[in-house]
Parts: sequence; C-alpha cells; structure tokens
Amino acid sequence: MVKRLAVGLLLVGLVAGLAQGAVTIMVLWSGAELEAFQKVTAAFQAKTGITVRVESVGRELPGILATRLAAGNPPDLAAMPNPGQMAEFVARGALIPVGGIVDLTQFPKAFVDLATVDGKVYGIFISADLKSLVWYNPDALYAEGLAPAHTWNELLYITETLAARGKTPWAVGLESGAASGWPGTDWIEDIMLRTAGPELYDKWVNHEIPWTHPAVKRAFELFGAIVRNEAYVYGGTTGALSINFGDSPAVLWDKPAGAYLHRQATFIKSFIAGAHPELDLDRDVAFFVFPPIDPKWGTPLLGAGDLISAFRDTLEVRSFLQYLASPEAQGIWCGALGKLATNVNVDPGIYPDKLTAEAAEILKGAEIFRFDASDLMPAAVGSGAFWKGVLDYVSGVPLDRVLADIEAAARAAYGP
Amino acid sequence: MNMGRVHWLYLAPALLMLGLFLIYPTAETVRLSFYGPRSDVFVGFQNYVQAFTSQPMLIAFRNNLLWLVVFTLFTVGMGLLLAVLLDRVRYETVIKSVIFLPMAISYVAAGVIWRFVYTFRPAVAPQIGLLNAIVVALGGNPIGWLIERPWVNNLALIAVGVWVWTGFCMVILSAAYKGIPKEMLEAARIDGANEWQVFLHVTIPFLKSTLAVVTTTMIVFVLKVFDIVYVMTNGAYDTDVIANRMYNEMFYFYNYGLASAIAVILFLAIIPFLVINVRRFRAQEAVR
Amino acid sequence: MRRWRQLLKRLPVHLVVITLAAIWLTPSLGLLVSSFRPRQDLLASGWWTALGRPFATQWTLANYRQVLLREGMGRAFLNSFIITVPTTLITLGIAALAAYALAWMNFRGRQLLLMTVIGLIVIPLQMTLIPVLRMFNALKLSGTFPGVWLAHTGYGLPLMIYLLRNFFGALPRELFESAFIDGASPFTAFLRLVLPLSVPVLASAAIFQFLWVWNDLLVSLVYLGGFARVAPLTVQLSNLVGSRGQDWHLLTAAAFVSMIVPMIVFFSLQRYFVRGILAGALKG
Repeated sequence: MVKRLAVGLLLVGLVAGLAQGAVTIMVLWSGAELEAFQKVTAAFQAKTGITVRVESVGRELPGILATRLAAGNPPDLAAMPNPGQMAEFVARGALIPVGGIVDLTQFPKAFVDLATVDGKVYGIFISADLKSLVWYNPDALYAEGLAPAHTWNELLYITETLAARGKTPWAVGLESGAASGWPGTDWIEDIMLRTAGPELYDKWVNHEIPWTHPAVKRAFELFGAIVRNEAYVYGGTTGALSINFGDSPAVLWDKPAGAYLHRQATFIKSFIAGAHPELDLDRDVAFFVFPPIDPKWGTPLLGAGDLISAFRDTLEVRSFLQYLASPEAQGIWCGALGKLATNVNVDPGIYPDKLTAEAAEILKGAEIFRFDASDLMPAAVGSGAFWKGVLDYVSGVPLDRVLADIEAAARAAYGP
Repeated sequence: MNMGRVHWLYLAPALLMLGLFLIYPTAETVRLSFYGPRSDVFVGFQNYVQAFTSQPMLIAFRNNLLWLVVFTLFTVGMGLLLAVLLDRVRYETVIKSVIFLPMAISYVAAGVIWRFVYTFRPAVAPQIGLLNAIVVALGGNPIGWLIERPWVNNLALIAVGVWVWTGFCMVILSAAYKGIPKEMLEAARIDGANEWQVFLHVTIPFLKSTLAVVTTTMIVFVLKVFDIVYVMTNGAYDTDVIANRMYNEMFYFYNYGLASAIAVILFLAIIPFLVINVRRFRAQEAVR
Repeated sequence: MRRWRQLLKRLPVHLVVITLAAIWLTPSLGLLVSSFRPRQDLLASGWWTALGRPFATQWTLANYRQVLLREGMGRAFLNSFIITVPTTLITLGIAALAAYALAWMNFRGRQLLLMTVIGLIVIPLQMTLIPVLRMFNALKLSGTFPGVWLAHTGYGLPLMIYLLRNFFGALPRELFESAFIDGASPFTAFLRLVLPLSVPVLASAAIFQFLWVWNDLLVSLVYLGGFARVAPLTVQLSNLVGSRGQDWHLLTAAAFVSMIVPMIVFFSLQRYFVRGILAGALKG
C-alpha cells in the first residue's frame, strides 16, 4: 500500500516535472462563474502540474481579445463570446483545429457541428444552456385552474383567459444594459424554429433569406401578438422594454402574483432564487418546454453554450483542452453552476437540483436542436441590429421598417 | 521670452509621449479608415460614405448636436454659478465635495445609481425608481424615461452627463475664481457696483480664458461621450451618439475600417474649436 | 438687526446652493442607502421608503462583506496605487514643463503645436490600443506597470497641458521680467515662480488625472491583462458581478469602496484652493 502510494507520488512528480509549463486562458466569466472555473483549473493543476493563469476581462472580452490578437499577443486559449465570433477568428487564421487533440465522439454531433468551420473543428463546448423554457409558479398557475401548455393554442388560451380575468399573463424583461433586446431575439428564434423549421432557420442565420422574408415576418408577428399586447405583459410594452431581464421573473412569485409565465433559459433560475430567497426551488419553481406551433416541425429546442478555442498549439494547451472536454471537468463546472454538460458521459447525478437535471434530460432527448441564431450571426447583426430591431418593434415602430433596417445592417455585415 | 533652442528641452518629454501614444496611432487610424473591416482591402472613401449616410449614424449626429448644446450649457453654467456662489458660504468644502462626488464614481456604478432614479415599474406595483415615484405621487402614470423618444430619453441621458461633469467645471472655474485678487472685487464694490455688475464686469472678464478652456473641454467630451449611453441604452430608441457607434464598430463588430473613419470624423469636427482657441490665446498674449 | 438683514440678503445664495447640492446628492444617497439593503428588498421597494422606517428595514452589511472580504482585494488596492500615483506625478511633471514652454517661450510653430495638443484631447483612446500594444510587445512592456504608467501619461497629457498652459499664460509678464532682471534662469523662474503660483490649478489637475486613472478599466485590461496579480481595484470589482449581471446589487457597495480614495485625495487637496496666492506674490 505504502509502496504503491510512493510509486504513485513518484509518477505524479515525474509528470509534474515534465510539464512544468503554463497556459493562459482569457475568459469573460466573473462572479460565481469565475469561481467555478477556477475550481476546474485548480483540479487540472493538481493533476498535471501545469499552471493555468486565468485572465478574466468580463463583458469587454470581444474587443480586448481582438486587440490582443491584432497586436500579436493573444492568450493560449480563450472563451469565445459565441460561435459567430469564433468563425471570425478562424477567418483571420488565428485559431488551431482541435479535431486531432480532443476526442470529439464524447459530444453530441450538434455541438461539434456548431464549432466546425469549413470541415474543421475549432472549439469545444464545455457546457450548454437550454433556452426553450417557459417558467411558472405552480401554486399560482394551478390556483387559476390552469395547467402547463403542450400546444401553442393552449398557451394562447392561458394567455387570453388570464387577461380576461384582469390578470397579467406574461412577465417579459428585455432590458439588459448594453445588451438590451437579446431576450426578445430568443423568443423570435424559438418561434421561427417552430413555424419555419430548422432548414429555413439555418438559411436565416446565414442570410440566405432576407430579413423581409415572410417567415421572419411571421415569427416577429407571433412574438408581437403577445409582447406588444399591453394587457398580456407585466407593465405593458414600456414594462417589457424597461424591466431588467434578470429582475422580470420575480413577480411570478410575488403575493399576489404579478404575472404567471416567463420564457427564459435555464440560467434564470439563479436570478429567481436571488430575488426570492425563501423559495424551495424544487417545489415552488417549474418550467415547461416552449410548445410547438406548426405541428409539422414538432418541438425543436433552442440553446446556447460556452465555447473554448485555442490560439496556440502546445503540449500544455492540448492537455488542458482534453481536460476541459472530460466528464470530470464538466462535472465540476456544471455541478457548481447548474449549467448543462455537453459531454455525453457526464453522470446526471452532478446537477445541483431537480430542475437542472430535468433540463439536462430534455436537452438529451432533443430531436432537433438549434443554437441561438443571434450568436451565430455576425456581431453587427446578431449583437447589434437584431437587438435594436426587437426593441424598436416592441416600442411601436412598424414591422416593415424594423425588418428593412435589420436587412440593411445585414447586407453590410455579411458582405456581398 | 526668446532663448534659442532651450524650449525643446521642455517640450521633448511631452512630444515623445504624445507622438508614441497619440500621434502615431492617429496616423494609423487615418490609414485604416480607407481599408475594409479587417484592414486588408483598400476601399477608398467607402467607410466615410457609410458613416455619413447610414440611418443610425445620422441619428447619432443629431443626438451629438443635442448633447453639444444642452450638456455644455448646463455643465459650464452650473459650474460657474457654483464657483461664484460657493465662495460666499462657509460650508463651501462640503457642497463642493457633494458636487464633485459623481466624478469619483466609475461609469458602471453611475449606471447602477441612475437605475434607482429612472427605473420603471407598472402603476400597480410599488415604484422603485425615484422619478416615477414622484410622478405617481403627483397622480401621474409612470414613464419609461429611457424609452420615450426623442426628447425624454435623450435628455434623461444628458442629465446623467451633467450630473457627472458639472463637478469638473466647478473645480476648474473655482480654482480660477480664487485667483481674482480680493482687492479687485472689493474695489468694484466700494465703487458702488452691485453683485450682478461685479459679476459681469470683473468676474467674467477675469474668468474668460478659463471659461473658454472649460467650454472647449466639455465640447471635446461631448464628441467623445459614450460610456453613459453605452451602459444605459447602448444607443437603442434613437439615443445613439457617434463615439458609441465607433466603440461598437471597433469592439463588437470588428469593423476597424468604419470605426477608424468615425474616429477621424470626430477629429475633424473639433478643428473649428481649435481655431477659436488659438485665436484667443494669441489675443491673450498680445495684452499681457 | 443688521445681522438679520445681512442674513436675509444672503438667503437666496444659501437657497440656490443647498438646493443644487440636494439634487446632486440624491442619486448617490440612493446608492448609499441601497448598499445596506439586501437584494430582494431593492426589487420590492424604493430606497427612500427604507429611510422612512429605519427600524423596520432589514439593514445589512452583507454587500460590503462580500466586496471587502473578497480574495485579492488588498492586492487590488495596492495595484491601483502602484498604477495611479506614479502616473499622476509623471503626467503633471511633463505637462507642466511643456505648458511653460508653450506659454512663455517664443518659437516658430508654437501655435500649431498648441492646436495639435488640444486636438489630441479628442482622440478616442480605443483607437490607439492596437498600435500601442504592438509597440509594447516589441519593447517587452506589455503586462508591466511601467507600460501602463506611460500609456496613461500619454492619454492624460493633452488635457493637462491645455489646462496648465491656460493658467500659466495668464500670469502677468512683470513677474518674469523682474525675475530675469534678478538674474534668474528660465528653469529657476519655472520652479520658484510658476509652480508655486499655480498650486490651485496643479491641485485640480492632479485630482482629475488621479481619479481618471483610478477608475480606468480598459487601459489596464488591455496593457496589463486581467490577471489577479496585476489587476487594479476596478478589474477586481467588475469581476464581482456575474457575466449576465447577476448580483449587480453588489455594485452598490463596490462603488463606495472604490470611491473612498479619490474622495480622500479631493479633500486633502482642497486646502490649496485658496484665494490670494497670486495677490501675495504680486505684492512681494
């Protein structure tokens, strides 16, 4: 026993001695996310002896990363803001392919495809968020004699019934500081997937159909039918536009309830818990999947994820990438944060609560999965004109003008 | 004073720093403004055409004009008022610190502070934003201060700017006001001038050059202003300003060509004010 | 009786000053009150309601505890000083020398130079990041404190030169003439006359340069990097709030923590804002 321990220690020492190096990684995470990521790097360091220097630059990551890259000193690895910007870095010849480094069979094909540019894989998703969820307060909803919706008509029925009773069905918050508007783009993407199907959705992402296309227009209109209706949304359109997305769901658990339904991704759970620390998440908080609209397209799921790419190919970088892809690393990361693991071998037991485990189960069973379209588009559209367009539309600008404005920005951004 | 080449000794450190950190990068910016988004294709004046014709840019120009007038007027005006009035009260230091305080706050924190002022909640809920609480208490309906275009939201943003920058004007103008010899003010009063006449005929002439400096500085800051807009609306609902467009094009959209062109436009826009300044300096030197 | 009349006459002044101060203070007061309230209360009721019922409110120090007890805060404070103090001194020194030459020495191209300096105030520093970082990489200055000192100095110089040039230029000519008759060199005149007479403007320039550098986030992130070892207070504090803005309520406490030092600098330089420095010198 002692002998084995000694040999083991010797081996560890040897490995550590061989890999004296260090890697730097630039991340946009802060707060609890940064702490969780540091747990991952600490575990890696203990295992390999390779030092990981984490550089957290927050929301300004796109600009700072691009500046470092242009000046010639990028970090070894970085968290990509989204796949669209990863593709931009690939176009600049900055990233190394990870196909030969990481065993990609550990991941569902959808996540591998999302990090693929021209047949090569340039990044790995270390976690995902599921976006197609409608959150509710079971006590409040059942007290109204209503139940989770399985079809679009049921959802509209709940909406109309509550409004007819003088209650506000939806809590919507589109405000998010400099990123205001993004929660609305998620709505439109979810609707688009359910009314136009995944193929047209992909064409929309790649700007192979214009923004003025009837399918895009219809998605906006269905979104507007709920969010632009003053009686359907907490605080009316001004409320939807001015209330912060993270604050908005809190009214579902007020007494009496200010609203009943809230469409948002898995990460909203921590905001709900922060606003209502008295809640028992497993009992008082629930969600159902955003229901299908056109039966032909079933119930596709919309999601997003955390993507890591590498700028330098060194032994240390390889070793760190392999570790980040492993079930062990994902267990630490997702277990701490309630994010969904992408590695199929992760034990569902790691999830901190029932809700997260349930979301992970739903994501696993997805027939059709699509990534957040705005994250895939060039930033001038996906993090610019699309966000602004949603805000303009909800604030009363005619739809045709909104779509024409986004189309103008898209023409400039996608190039000829 | 004329003393051969000794002036270069005094100027050398400044020129070296300005050259390395501002002039050389500016030359690079001018060059990049004629290239495409990734700085690899020469595109001629295309970025400039886009900067002067696209709808978002036109709105930004309009807003900068509004900022220029309202922001400059209020920051310099209130700064002057405070510099003069505070000299007469014993609790000057306390009030000065209160007006200066916002300057010491980072713009991210300023965003949080004004959230407590502008926040909207429906009429049925308790208001957590101060302004809407007042509106509701007076019997009105809550207002989306940052949403209602074009006046309410732009003025709401400018108010934040005034809140931050009045402290700067006050401090500089107060330092200059303290430079007025007491005898000068007393002499005018003994001659029977009332306070308003003293202000017009002694204070203003004495502060003229400092007022010009402070006004120029505020105009320059208006052209550069972006952080307040960036954290609060990021230009949504027609509140965009030129510098915020530049920041977005550069830092988020990776369009270095267009961002550079906008920066060059900013630089050109300041030239008329430079000419005015230099004329004033010449006049000052002629009389001293 | 006369004192009362005097007071009545001064009443409008007090009224205007105190009203303005109250308006200015209110938003910050809201932040201060909020920084002692738990997050769920911030969303449930206005901060002023907490003032109305001071004993029913759940006051808490939790926000400050989370900010101040965060790992690396001491280091971050130290880093902020390491960045800010030398930068302020270097900037003021270089700017004063240049402003002196621009105000009192005759040479060709002086006005053009002055115009360029003022024009440079408008350069958005974002546009300089890539060329400067490239230069720093070549000189091995990226990731070092001297690199950041130099960069901040470069960015702060134009405005500082402009402010000082204006003040130096307003000094009376006789002052220099009598000094030169006494045999003083230009540098002696600078040290013995110009600097002492310009204390109020030097103090205000120092305050602003200090607090702009103190509050900077971007320049530090780009040239120093976001590593905990070199990160100043601003970087540490921005890392408090999650990337989706979770826990933004911590910013209330963070804002006050980061504000303390600039306010102390402001207070301690206040005593230089006094009337009569120039008058005394003129008589002497």
